Amino acid sequence: MPVLEQNDTQIWRRRTTGQSLVRWFGWLLGVAVFVYCWQFISESTTWFFVWDAPRIANDIWTRATPPKWDYITQLGRPIWDTLNIATLGTIIALCMAVPVAFLAARNTTPSTLFIRPIALLIIVSTRSINSLIWALLLIAIIGPGVFAGVIAIAIRSIGFCAKLLYEAIEEIDHTQVEAITATGASRWQVMAYGIVPQILPAFAGIAVFRWDINIRESTVLGLVGAGGIGLQLSASLNVLAWPQVSLILIVILVAVLISEWVSAKVRGAII
Amino acid sequence: MSHRELDDMLGKGWRKPAFVKHPLLRWVLILGFFAYLIAAFMTIDVDWGRVYEGLDRGWAFVLAFTSPDFVSRWSDIWSGLLESIIMTVAASVVGILISIPIGLGAARNIAPLPVYMICRGIVAISRALQEIIVAILLVAIFGFGPLAGFLTLSFATIGFLSKLLAEDIEAMDKVQAEAIKASGARWPQWINYGVQPQVMPRLVGLSMYRIDINFRESAILGLVGAGGIGATLNTAFDRYEYDTAAAILILIIGIVMALEYLSGIIRARVQ
Repeated sequence: MPVLEQNDTQIWRRRTTGQSLVRWFGWLLGVAVFVYCWQFISESTTWFFVWDAPRIANDIWTRATPPKWDYITQLGRPIWDTLNIATLGTIIALCMAVPVAFLAARNTTPSTLFIRPIALLIIVSTRSINSLIWALLLIAIIGPGVFAGVIAIAIRSIGFCAKLLYEAIEEIDHTQVEAITATGASRWQVMAYGIVPQILPAFAGIAVFRWDINIRESTVLGLVGAGGIGLQLSASLNVLAWPQVSLILIVILVAVLISEWVSAKVRGAII
Repeated sequence: MSHRELDDMLGKGWRKPAFVKHPLLRWVLILGFFAYLIAAFMTIDVDWGRVYEGLDRGWAFVLAFTSPDFVSRWSDIWSGLLESIIMTVAASVVGILISIPIGLGAARNIAPLPVYMICRGIVAISRALQEIIVAILLVAIFGFGPLAGFLTLSFATIGFLSKLLAEDIEAMDKVQAEAIKASGARWPQWINYGVQPQVMPRLVGLSMYRIDINFRESAILGLVGAGGIGATLNTAFDRYEYDTAAAILILIIGIVMALEYLSGIIRARVQ
């Protein structure tokens, strides 16, 4: 126990001198890094605009209110597209995530040495790149439109769903699998009767959870041209039609809240 | 003995139980799902000719991953990446610092009702607005550059971290906190010795996770002019410089993987 001698009495301390020095230097380093970062940001900022910001914000607010309510008649189709992008994207992603998850889970993968790393690489690389970047890429490849959005959402979701799913597979109860194996079941029968029933609730939960996130993401995919309500948002922003922008933002907010509510209800019913 | 009599003697054979128990609800769900799928496919117009043409470019992009070009645009990549990292660090620090008091306020068991309502309101607003939409508004208000990105990420961090922190505090062990209170501790002492030790490990883990998310998000903020690597990436796609784009994506994936590895080590150490 670290103690300090002071006037011949021993005083208890939490850390030794060395430990507290290391901590102190750690904090110093952290603060220095933060100050450097702040300086960098500050240097590339035009502070005049920042001091002017309250006026600009007020200006935008007065332009944006009240929202142009009758514009909502033109938003029906974009909302339908957004819903389709999220839903179809989630379905495609789940179809691809299931085999990847089985290949990545330690207890079901056919080969830990070759196939598991590949599956993990697919999971990491699809997960670490945002759906907007996938959309940019797909627009360059297959042209703008809803289809690019669907594929972008699908690719982005593979990693997420497969990661959660393979963790669920690794946590299954082994005695059930053994029981099915003991009846003489083939590899596929073990899958269907020993493993799948155990991960089905997790699978349904993941699907709904990801669908909820995808609704959010698909509302902004249009900013890069991949269909949905984001297209209207970017068009309105480009012509500075602030009353339309505020209406679209309200619609997006309502869509996000509804999808969150639906997902919470469904997950509550499953689990 | 006929087949029928054998069935009578053995009783009903076992059938796999259905996932949704109520038969009517099950069929309505299945039929509704297929009706939706058909409607969705009817309304998505895919230009298959364009997709077919794009396959060549898609293949070129896949090939670009085997020969990424880090060199010819290195200065652009480096400045974009540095800006992304700086935004991530600064926004994470500020976001975490702000989200601690808000998280305390949003926990029902330690905050009075009015404070609770205000803090929950802040959390709800921050979570409902996507990063990219906040970034658009902040760029319009504060001008182009990393300041808008920094503010966006800080704002998003607050919603994410405060909510999870508040849930963690609400689920904490009451006995420890009461013991500290019984020893006559004042409110700050109570928080520091009764609550903080219980939630600290999870707070560190969540903060690491949020840094990871912030870096991933900072990669797209550049698309709307809020600084970071996104602008460079967008330019690379627009100019069909797939090898540069591949280099940037590889860097992003690499940094995300490194961060994930680091956060895994740190989380294992604090728990």
